[in-house]
Amino acid sequence: MKQEQMTGASMVVKALQDQGVDVVFGYPGGAVLPIYDEVFQQNRIRHVLVRHEQGAVHAAEGYARSTGRPGVVLVTSGPGATNAVTGLTDALMDSVPIVLLSGQVPTFMIGNDAFQEADTVGITRPCTKHNWLVKETDRLASTIHEAFHVAMNGRPGPVLVDIPKDVQFASGTYMGPDAAQTGHYAPKVKGDVEVITSLAEAIETSKRPIFYTGGGVINSGDRACELLRRLVDKTGFPVTSTLMGLGAYPANGKNWLGMLGMHGLYEANLAMHDCDLMINVGARFDDRITGRVQDFSPSSVKAHIDIDPSSINKVIHVELPIIGDVAHVLEDLLKVWKSRGAKTDAPAVTEWWDQINEWRKVDCLKFEQTGSTIRPQYAIQRLEALTKDHPDRYICTEVGQHQMWAAQYMGMNDPKRWMTSGGLGTMGYGFPSSIGVQMAHPDALVINVAGEASWLMNMQEMGTAVQYRLPVKQFILNNERLGMVRQWQELLHGERYSHSWSEALPDFVKLADAFGARGIQIDDAADLDDGIKEMLAHDGPVIVDCVVEKHENCFPMIPSGEPHNKMLLGEKADTSNAIKEGGAVLV
Amino acid sequence: MPCWFRACECGQCISRIPCAGNSSGPYQDRRNDMSPLNIKKGSSSHSAYDLRDYHEQGTERHTLALIVDNEAGVLARVIGLFSGRGYNIESLTVAEIDHTGHRSRITVVTTGTPSVIEQIKAQLGGVVPVHDVHDLTTEGVAVERELALFRVVGKGDVRVEALRLADIFRAQVVDSTLDSFVFEVTGTSHKIDAFADLMRPLGLEELARTGVVALARGEIDAESGLN
Repeated sequence: MKQEQMTGASMVVKALQDQGVDVVFGYPGGAVLPIYDEVFQQNRIRHVLVRHEQGAVHAAEGYARSTGRPGVVLVTSGPGATNAVTGLTDALMDSVPIVLLSGQVPTFMIGNDAFQEADTVGITRPCTKHNWLVKETDRLASTIHEAFHVAMNGRPGPVLVDIPKDVQFASGTYMGPDAAQTGHYAPKVKGDVEVITSLAEAIETSKRPIFYTGGGVINSGDRACELLRRLVDKTGFPVTSTLMGLGAYPANGKNWLGMLGMHGLYEANLAMHDCDLMINVGARFDDRITGRVQDFSPSSVKAHIDIDPSSINKVIHVELPIIGDVAHVLEDLLKVWKSRGAKTDAPAVTEWWDQINEWRKVDCLKFEQTGSTIRPQYAIQRLEALTKDHPDRYICTEVGQHQMWAAQYMGMNDPKRWMTSGGLGTMGYGFPSSIGVQMAHPDALVINVAGEASWLMNMQEMGTAVQYRLPVKQFILNNERLGMVRQWQELLHGERYSHSWSEALPDFVKLADAFGARGIQIDDAADLDDGIKEMLAHDGPVIVDCVVEKHENCFPMIPSGEPHNKMLLGEKADTSNAIKEGGAVLV
Repeated sequence: MPCWFRACECGQCISRIPCAGNSSGPYQDRRNDMSPLNIKKGSSSHSAYDLRDYHEQGTERHTLALIVDNEAGVLARVIGLFSGRGYNIESLTVAEIDHTGHRSRITVVTTGTPSVIEQIKAQLGGVVPVHDVHDLTTEGVAVERELALFRVVGKGDVRVEALRLADIFRAQVVDSTLDSFVFEVTGTSHKIDAFADLMRPLGLEELARTGVVALARGEIDAESGLN
């Protein structure tokens, strides 16, 4: 084992290099100057200067979710760390591996209300998987290695290492990743074979089965996605997915039902409600999925594969809980099921598909584009049509109606191609995320489907995109409204649109111009295709200001307080009585 | 029906503050007739969130023992989890039990419905420096003890009576002045409650309790973790 002496600051850079980090997103400041000095003196790690620390974390999330490797962030003490809190919480909710290194005032000043001091480990304790304040340089390297271990193992998540400035200056012994004690943190990855066997039995006899998959499949890795595809194909069962899990099973696969949940597809939600076997793979029965818990899929046997024991039986009681990594469990499940003859109740499943195809005839995403005013669904549909054949396409979204339309109308055929803020619902996530994705995949087509209000929340990152020549395409559906807020106010608050419109919006074309990027405005349906093509053709960051119908509602929708089989459907939906009083308290 | 919050004993309200005792009070459970927005449309309905009826399942009292790394902030992680997720803590004790390996044992007495207790254990198990979570209430038989100190001030008959009762409760006199005693009592929480009730009319001025510590009895089966 090598025993190298070095300063804490060089240890940070060395540890990151040894962890295989190639990109760091950050913002310098007083308490991280020694680390920045080391970053300056090397070429292996590329540092991306963001314009706000929240943007750094979201960019790292985009990087992590599109590569499967941890995203690394470097920020200063005090405001640097507090600005990162939203990003950390977002990463915690969506299980994104992030390693955030923050500077801290020197150890002897901690607790003195020093300049730019904040109790960073205290503030970030509930929004990280784990965090550390390193007080001795000798422990710095091993702590950083442990941080990577914790971020990546088990259910992935954000971790934070707070490094006081004197620890960065002092010398200590470096320790490599192999020598570091990654401790006892070793979550179980193999599922219980007995329960897996019971699940295989259930698969053999089920008459109305469904796979309900989530982000856990993608987090588990490409092997898990491959195994899921194999299992779905071999069984012939229908598969639906949460917002986070889109792409794990391909949208052009023959068993794909589309997304489920509050704005999910009619056939997916009805299949969930009427199934007799629900196989939850790496999803967590989020309230956007379940609707009214008492009426959630009342007649099904439920299996739940999750690496996080606290996700099991938290919301919905399941008969077949399997704690383990999706790839390991699916591998065992396939093995067991095959060894038992790979049987299913095929005639019953065919009947089940007939029923599902009946539901499909409702065509819940149908809309009509007439006249020159662009309907947002049409804009997304055209964007999809013109980009779906691109060999290397990544889609990010902000949060709101446009996010749901993108999930409904765009098809993800591969994992790690869809970056969106699901759990926390962070407006302002998409743009910095697209920067992170583009950093990881310089030649790919990276599109951020945005709403104008969300996009403005982190618009300062235009500077980053231009500085690093990242050709991210910002496709803004501009309805001059906080569309989803407006929709809820229409459905539930007597059409009193309290503060849900955007006044004094910037001219997005001029804004792009001001940053040295390309701006395109599209305000006529006839010009939509040309505008999108122009966006795709431009080699550089583009802002598309796509002016759309202002009062479009996002359907289908399960009104809060209702079960899956009481969906509101598009055009003809009677929204006048949609959300009952009991549902009004919900978000 | 037990009250959701222990503070109020009226059995009907969901308040943390004891209510006036009548069900039409300000803290009445309004979950079934909520109309916070006073909208005309529709009638009351259930909710998308599981606003579970906490009266539905009875609450249970469980004693949990956690073995944790004795590192900075570990206690804050554990109690932050309880406060952040709305769990109850009835009593909490913590001390390092392995000075070379730097392991501490945290004993938490908590209350909740069986599903909440299961969730608490799963959440605690996910905290990185937590090595083991034992539910001493379900893993066989456990011994629970609490230590308390009582300062009782009085002269004459009450002083003699206090001493006599202390003897019955096997309390030790650990300090004495001419008009006061400090008693030390070790026992279950009930025993300490009972002793405090007896001492109150006899001049109990102040008391201090450690909270519960607990240990499983007998031989622990390595496989099942049960005794």
